[in-house]
Amino acid sequence: MLIPFSTKNCFQLLCNLKVPAAGFKNTVKSGLILQSISNDVYQNLAVEDWIHDHMNLEGKPVLFLWRNSPSVVIGRHQNPWQECNLNLMREQGIKLARRRSGGGTVYHDMGNINLTFFTTKKKYDRMENLKLVVRALNAVQPQLDVQPTKRFDLLLDGQFKISGTASKIGRTTAYHHCTLLCSTDRTFLSSLLKSPYQGIRSNATASIPALVKNLLEKDPTLTCEVLMNAIAAEYAAYHQIDNHISLINPTDETLFPGINSKAKELKTWEWIYGKTPKFSINTSFNVLYEQSHLEIKVFIDIKNGRIEICNIEAPDHWLPMEICDKLNSSFIGSKFCPIETSMLINILHRTCPEDDEVHSKWNILCEKIKGIM
Amino acid sequence: MAAVRVMRTWSQNAGRLICVRYFQTCNNVHVLKPKYVCFFGYPSFKYSHPHQLLKTSAALHGQIVQFKLSDIGEGIREVTVKEWYVKEGDTVSQFDSICEVQSDKASVTITSRYDGVIKKLYYNLDDIAYVGKPLVDIETEALKDSEEDVVETPAVPHDEHTHQEIKGQKTLATPAVRRLAMENNIKLSEVVGSGKDGRILKEDILNYLEKQTGAILPPSPKAEIMPPPPTPKDRTTPIPISKPLVFTGKDRTEPIKGFHKTMVKTMSAALKIPHFGYCDEVDLTELVKLREELKPIAFARGVKLSFMPFFLKAASLGLLQFPILNASVDESCQNITYKASHNIGIAMDTEQGLLVPNVKNVQICSVFEIASELNRLQKLGSLGQLGTTDLTGGTFTLSNIGSIGGTYAKPIILPPEVAIGAVGSIKALPRFNEKGEVYKARIMNVSWSADHRIIDGATMSRFSNLWKSYLENPAFMLLDLK
Repeated sequence: MLIPFSTKNCFQLLCNLKVPAAGFKNTVKSGLILQSISNDVYQNLAVEDWIHDHMNLEGKPVLFLWRNSPSVVIGRHQNPWQECNLNLMREQGIKLARRRSGGGTVYHDMGNINLTFFTTKKKYDRMENLKLVVRALNAVQPQLDVQPTKRFDLLLDGQFKISGTASKIGRTTAYHHCTLLCSTDRTFLSSLLKSPYQGIRSNATASIPALVKNLLEKDPTLTCEVLMNAIAAEYAAYHQIDNHISLINPTDETLFPGINSKAKELKTWEWIYGKTPKFSINTSFNVLYEQSHLEIKVFIDIKNGRIEICNIEAPDHWLPMEICDKLNSSFIGSKFCPIETSMLINILHRTCPEDDEVHSKWNILCEKIKGIM
Repeated sequence: MAAVRVMRTWSQNAGRLICVRYFQTCNNVHVLKPKYVCFFGYPSFKYSHPHQLLKTSAALHGQIVQFKLSDIGEGIREVTVKEWYVKEGDTVSQFDSICEVQSDKASVTITSRYDGVIKKLYYNLDDIAYVGKPLVDIETEALKDSEEDVVETPAVPHDEHTHQEIKGQKTLATPAVRRLAMENNIKLSEVVGSGKDGRILKEDILNYLEKQTGAILPPSPKAEIMPPPPTPKDRTTPIPISKPLVFTGKDRTEPIKGFHKTMVKTMSAALKIPHFGYCDEVDLTELVKLREELKPIAFARGVKLSFMPFFLKAASLGLLQFPILNASVDESCQNITYKASHNIGIAMDTEQGLLVPNVKNVQICSVFEIASELNRLQKLGSLGQLGTTDLTGGTFTLSNIGSIGGTYAKPIILPPEVAIGAVGSIKALPRFNEKGEVYKARIMNVSWSADHRIIDGATMSRFSNLWKSYLENPAFMLLDLK
């Protein structure tokens, strides 16, 4: 049962978690089940950061339930160009977020439930958490065949992935979060998580694609609400705490002092793109010139999201070498981002007086290069 | 007064430092049997006057400690190093993040156990690191007190050298907790520890203080509420200062990168153009009325109608009379090209910075067409999807700084153009009409800048007057509309 708590109650609950009574060992079990009222992926990720950094979870584990509006979330050490179709995401207005835990790329929408299990570092146990989820699912639908795998995925009927896992371990606390596919748009998911970018060489963690299915497709009674309540109930039973879900507002600075700046940091270009491990692109594209196709080779090294080395090689008769060199050197240091590239070309037009033909070739080159960003 | 002599030995089995302490009084210098053997986990406790202690102890200087990768849990034996937060030579404090490692979908932040200077990193990025093997070498400061046995004196003022001792009783507490206790003049013997083995935790100190003062303490430094940044309104109201404020801010230098670097390039090129300015006031009362009538009609067609389409169209009509303002000069100013198309750029303030897309061929567009094109450009601009064609080929620019605020401006010409205009915000002001009566006029100021090498003040003035007349009497615009 969803029983919304007043803000004051919730604050006291959180206060109690932060400052336990001194000098007496707590034998009373306690814990918290929180659910976010926000669907903003950055705000919700900020809640995870906040709980991880500020709450004392000794003897008091926390379960956090959240859902997001359409977003793609990549793991801490991943390369977004390798993992998803950024052009499609820009067109469709799908947000990109980088979380602090490891693991692979996932697509979130309102048909996907996110569960985060917060514990102390000592009590960190992913398999235990997944078994809890399985018990919850079976409590609703005993015939459901869901099993955790060695890679901490949950498989439906032995072949369809319905949940992926990632975790973050700090000095004293840890969290394990996983997704649960309820009624997500699967076709959209597969088109978004397919990268069209060629020639990327990188040491970033690569995602392992899997066949997915929605629980709702298996059994129409398994809606998001039903599942969230079932998991909350199982968590409460397991930890012997009250089955109350407290609704929280991730923008409330009185409950979570400093959380809005955490959410802001997660939205910055430096975090989302700049944290990509060093990688290089080695590709080529064709331009039409006098009824023939000319091949233009591109070698770009990118570090911290910015172009470190840029070698665009175009045939000399199409674009003179000095002009190509000028283009190459202007790119160094700028972000590997189509917007910055547009602006850069704009500036070059203004500050480098060339004839219209050269300008139009620059434009063609620019559009092609933006296509790979 | 008891002085403390400390001897430390390495215990190979435990892999930790075992501290054996001897007590020694001033008068009889006899070595007592080692009273306490304690395990040395946190050597980095800072006293207010560290030197006093060190003089009497057989302390070692700059010990290089091998910081091993500690157990991560779940039987994980190896991890991949993904990011270093420190490099050799950096100074770290206890609990600072050292690196980020990844193992099987778990991202782990490794924090330092000691204060000191990083001497050696054992792994490069993407190397496999092993649990139990050295991760970094840290040169710690001369070894300080251990976890146990702090000498206690009656609570003394903060700035005196304090030392806490519990005779015949062990108090377990980390150096951070001890420091907190000392800062608050708390005797550790009076605090009951709630941690493992009766260890005193920070929460215990906080609770103790709470009981003493009867108030809830502010949360730990990390969770302290940051004062929200003052809104512009706040800055205008003067705040009475009661005591001298200490400013602890520091300067910050960072290289100019990316977009800002390109701004530097453009503006440096623009600087070569000798600018002259010309400003005027435009009475938009009639235009405001007209727009109110036309707004719903445009909206019905799916287009948001602002004032800009009128400004652009009026400018284009003006450029037909004064084509030199729509020209371009080469770098050496030898040749002037009179551009046929009026591609009027509009300065746009986006998240990424200043972008100037342009509306092509304003001379053949209707006001409505200009409006819908502006809508399209604004939408693309906000999504960060403006194409190269939209951003290049401009011949004249209008900047609506009034949308943000302001009245007068001195806009900088964007090469290879030769003129630019900036319109301020529309304000309601009293003006006199022909009959000498005061009426409520909608006034907007325009500031023009032009390249004085080819454009003279008279031309600019006449162009501005024409532009102004079209806007002040929209019916007049109808007469010359193409």
